[in-house]
Amino acid sequence: MKIAIAIILGCCALGAGTAMIAGIGPGIGEGNAVAKACEAIGRQPECKSEVTSTMLMGCAIAETTGLYALVIAILLIFVAPEMFIELLINYK
Amino acid sequence: MKSEKSNSFRIIDYLLILMMVLPIVVLITIKLLTNVPSDGINVSGARIYFEIPLPIQNLLITESQINSWMVMISITGLCLYLTHGIDVKARNKRQHLAEWIVEKTDNLVKGNMGEYFIAFSPFIGAILGLSAFSSLICLFGLYSPTSDINVVGGWAILTFILITYYKSKCGPWVYIKSFGDPVALLAPLNIISEVATPISMAFRHYGNVLSGSVISVLLAAGLQGLSSMVLGWLPGVLGDIPFLQIGIPAVLSIYFDVFSGCLQAFIFAMLTMLYVSGAFPMEEYFKRKKNKQTKAMSN
Repeated sequence: MKIAIAIILGCCALGAGTAMIAGIGPGIGEGNAVAKACEAIGRQPECKSEVTSTMLMGCAIAETTGLYALVIAILLIFVAPEMFIELLINYK
Repeated sequence: MKSEKSNSFRIIDYLLILMMVLPIVVLITIKLLTNVPSDGINVSGARIYFEIPLPIQNLLITESQINSWMVMISITGLCLYLTHGIDVKARNKRQHLAEWIVEKTDNLVKGNMGEYFIAFSPFIGAILGLSAFSSLICLFGLYSPTSDINVVGGWAILTFILITYYKSKCGPWVYIKSFGDPVALLAPLNIISEVATPISMAFRHYGNVLSGSVISVLLAAGLQGLSSMVLGWLPGVLGDIPFLQIGIPAVLSIYFDVFSGCLQAFIFAMLTMLYVSGAFPMEEYFKRKKNKQTKAMSN
């Protein structure tokens, strides 16, 4: 029983860690977006506010996939172990 | 100018300020009274205060519900305070502030949705204010309602209803046809993307706020451990005080609580505007309206 619970906890932690690999994508994407926005502001400093608000919008949307991964990781760490252990106890 | 203000005017002013401050004080008192001391890392959801028995499922009255209602009362007090004693000729600072807020919101809605949707301005302003203040309430050490998916999910469903209403404004047939837009083969994908809109909106807002609070809790626990390791040799009580916890979490809190909360409020309002205005087939709608008018005229 103890081993089973230990495996569940370990696998949940591993899964959460693996899920957060998705953080690479938004990182690269947002980096690109900000770099281009900086270029645009350098070229046309007068439209700084518009470029900034558009960039923040784009960043927020690019972040979505990362946030899905984050939600899954949070669920795996804080919600899933209790649920699985309860399932295991009820199974016997 | 001061002599013009009568006594009752001032009393109402103080009452409105009380209406702004009192909910926050009540929340802090409730939090202090029901707080369960715990050691170590403790990341929990909203605390359930009581349940109302209902036939299908018990209605849970949680911390996030009470907090968001209190925030609503507080914002109402703020709005009443800002608009109290309003005049044609702006005389006091708060009227300037109120006018500035209304003008900015109007410009935002006009710039992103067009003149046709100017009636959306109060709704967008309400979403912005509620979301921003709900996120900022964690500066008082309270549970911020936006880090509960049920609250944000409700707002996202509201947006989804609006999107669907504006999509089906040209009749249900146009709404159904819009799913097979480029090719009829893509209909399942279009339906999935339609359903994914509110889910992604809710997850984006809730994930950002929740990740901020989780990181702050982890950082606080980490700093406690670090300070007991580094400064643990100090004699007596001094060794137990986590000195490293002073100040450092506040720096991160500026980003995670203040900046991120306001940014997410702005993004949620922005996305609501873009989705709703994008869902409305304006040319088609006006063409149909014109056709109807000409038909009625010819008859």
